[in-house]
Amino acid sequence: MNKMETMTGAKALMTAMEKEGVKQVFGLPGGANLPMYDEFARCNIRHILTRHEQSAAHMADGFGRVSRKPGVCFATSGPGATNILTGIATAQADSAPMIAVTGQVPVGMIGKDAFQESDIIGMANPVVKYAFQPRTAGEIPEVVKKGFFIAESGRPGPVLIDIPKDVQTNEEPMNFPDEFKIRGYHPWADPDIVNVERAIDMLLHAEKPIILAGGGTIISSAFAELQSIAETLMLPVVTTFKGKGAFPENHPLSLGPIGMHGHAEANKMMSEADCVLAIGTRFSDRSVGTFEAFEKRLKIIHMDVDPAEIGKNQTAQIAVIGDVRVNLRVMVKLLLQKAVKKSEETPWIKHVKETKAYWKENLKLHPGEMGAAKILRKLRELLPKESVVTTEVGQHQMWASLFYDVIQPGTFFSSTGLGTMGWGFPAAIGAKVARPDVPVVDIAGDGSFAMTENSLATAVLEDIPVIVFLLNNSTLGMVAQWQRTFYDRRMIGVDQKSCPDYVKLAESYGAQGIRAQSMDELDKAIKTALSSDVATVIDIPIDPEEDVLPFVAPGTSLADMILPS
Amino acid sequence: MWAILSILVENKPGILFKVTHLFRSRNFNIDSISVGITENPEYSKMTITTYGDEKQIDQIVKQLDKMIDTVKVEHLDEHKTVFRELSLFKIKLSNANDSMEINKLANAYGAKVHDVKKDSIMVELTATPDQIQAFEELAKPFGILDVARTGVAALQRSGA
Repeated sequence: MNKMETMTGAKALMTAMEKEGVKQVFGLPGGANLPMYDEFARCNIRHILTRHEQSAAHMADGFGRVSRKPGVCFATSGPGATNILTGIATAQADSAPMIAVTGQVPVGMIGKDAFQESDIIGMANPVVKYAFQPRTAGEIPEVVKKGFFIAESGRPGPVLIDIPKDVQTNEEPMNFPDEFKIRGYHPWADPDIVNVERAIDMLLHAEKPIILAGGGTIISSAFAELQSIAETLMLPVVTTFKGKGAFPENHPLSLGPIGMHGHAEANKMMSEADCVLAIGTRFSDRSVGTFEAFEKRLKIIHMDVDPAEIGKNQTAQIAVIGDVRVNLRVMVKLLLQKAVKKSEETPWIKHVKETKAYWKENLKLHPGEMGAAKILRKLRELLPKESVVTTEVGQHQMWASLFYDVIQPGTFFSSTGLGTMGWGFPAAIGAKVARPDVPVVDIAGDGSFAMTENSLATAVLEDIPVIVFLLNNSTLGMVAQWQRTFYDRRMIGVDQKSCPDYVKLAESYGAQGIRAQSMDELDKAIKTALSSDVATVIDIPIDPEEDVLPFVAPGTSLADMILPS
Repeated sequence: MWAILSILVENKPGILFKVTHLFRSRNFNIDSISVGITENPEYSKMTITTYGDEKQIDQIVKQLDKMIDTVKVEHLDEHKTVFRELSLFKIKLSNANDSMEINKLANAYGAKVHDVKKDSIMVELTATPDQIQAFEELAKPFGILDVARTGVAALQRSGA
C-alpha cells in the first residue's frame, strides 16, 4: 500500500499522468481548467499551446497514432469542451488512443446553466470509448489509471475526463493504485487457434485468395506477420484506405488501397477474388462499395479485435476475434509447422501481376507538368522512407492514396472514418512531437488546411518543424469534382478565389513559405524544407479541374470504376 | 423477431442514458424497458424488449456487450424464460352491467380490480405483453380511459 499523500485534485491529475509516462499536453487554458494549468508550473509535463481546442485534440490524436500511447489534450469547460468534440469524434472513428481532459463548472453549479457550462459528458457519449466525471478529488488517480488503460487497450479510442473546478482544487489524501478492476471490460487477448486453422484451410483451397489489410493491422503493428503470410501463401495484398501502408507498397504482391478512390488494379483484383482474409477492417462503405455485391461472391475470413465488427457490415464465413497481431502470429507459426509454401506461378498470381503491370502503364494521368501524380511521386522520391505523412481530407488525400507509395509500414496517417478537414496539419504536429527524429509532412489541400492553419503559431512558437505540402487548387476540390460529375457542372460554394496567399500567411506566422510552380521549383522546395529547422508551407498551385480517378460512385460496386477518359 | 434482452449494468448514474442512446445512435428500437436494482446493490438489471431480424439482434447484443458499463448481456429465449409486465387500465362504466362484465373479464385474465367508482373502474393485470394486448382488445368496447404499463421483466428458468 502506498503512503497516502494529501494533495489537490489538479495535482493528483498531473501526478497520475506523469506515472502514465505523459511528457506533454496539447491544450488551451480557460476559467474552468486553471487549477490544472497552474500545475504545469510544478511538474515535468510540457504544455504545448494551441490556438483552437479542435487542433489540440488532433495533435493529441496524431501523437497517439504514431506513438501508440494516448496523446493528451486539455480544454476548458463550455465552448472549449465543445470545440474538442470534433477531435474526439475523429479519434473514435479511427480508433486512435486519446485522453481529453476538460474543465467543468463546480459540482454545485452543474445543471444551473452556469457560465461556460456544457454537458460535455452527455454530448460526447456517442463519440468516446468512455467518459469519466470524477465528483471527488480522491477518485482522480484511479480514473486516470483506468482512462489510460481503456484508451490504449483492445480497440483503442478516446477517453474523456471531465473535472469540475472544485474537484480540481479540493485537497484529499490520494492513493495511486497499481491495480484496478473494470468488470464490464475485457479486451480479447487469447489467440483463436481453431479458427486460424480453419482460415488457413479456406485460403489454401481458394482459387483466387486475397488479403484485405485494414487499419487494425497498423494499430497492432502486425507488419512482419502480414508480410510473412502474404509471401508464404502467395497472396496479393490490397488494403483499405486506413490500412494504406500496412504492407510495403513497393512490394510485388502489393496492389494498394481499394475503395471509392482505390487503385484500379486493387479494385479489379478485389472484384475477382473468391476468398478474402480481412484483417482489422470494418468493411466501410467507402472501401467496399455496395455490401451486397461484395458479400455474394466472396468467402470472408474476418479478423478483428472488436467482436461487434463481426457481422456488422459483412457476414463472415470464419470469424477470428482478438488482437490481429496475436492471431496472425499463430497463423505464421502454423504455416511453418505445416511447411506450407506456395509457388509463385499460380494462374491467379500471374493474372494479378499482369493486371498490376497493365494499370501501371495504362492509367491516364493529368497531362500538365504539375499534375497530382507527378507532384506526389516527386515527394516520394525525395522523402526518406521512414518519414511520417499525414493528410488533410479531400482530393489531395485521395491523390496521396493513389500516388504516394508508403514504403515503410505504419508511416501514413489520415482522418479516414470521420473525414475531418483540418486534421492533417495539427496531427502532423502531434506526430512530430512523437517522432522528432524523422521528417513529418502533411499532404494538404487548401480548403482543408484553411480549417486549422492557425496551428502554424504552435509549430513556430513550440519549435515543431513540420512540412505542409499544399496542393493548392483554390477550390474545395472534392466537392467541385462531385458537382462536375453528378450536378451538371453547377459549381456552388467551392471557389476559394486564391485567398489567402499561403506563402505570405506562413511568413506572417514566422514559418517558411515557398511557392513551387514547376517541377524544378518543387524539387528545390522539398529539399529546402527537409533541411530547414522551421515549419514550412510549400504552396503548389495545381489545376482546379483535375479529378481524382479512378472513382467508384457511391452505391455502386468496385468493378464499376469511372476511369480517366 | 421480438427479443428479450437482459442486461446487467453497473448501478451508477447515467447508465440508462448510455444504453438508450446506443439504441438511438445505432438505429435500433426499444419496444419496452424496465430497470431495477438487483440483490447486489452494485448492479442494476435492465430488461429491454426490441424488434429486429437475427442479424440486427446479434448486433444489438454485441454493441451492448461492448459497452464498458454493461457487465453481462443476455438474449433470453422466450420459451425458457418467465417474462411478465404489469399494466393498469382505467375503464369506463356506462351502464349497470359494465361493472359485472369487467369483473368477469378481469377474473378470466387473473387480473385484480381496484378503485371501483360510479363511472370508472381500475384493473391491474400482470401478464405477458400478448395477454395484456388481448385484454386491451376485449376491454376496448367499454371505453378505455387510461393505460399505464411497466415494460417487461424477465428471468430465465433454472436449468433452462
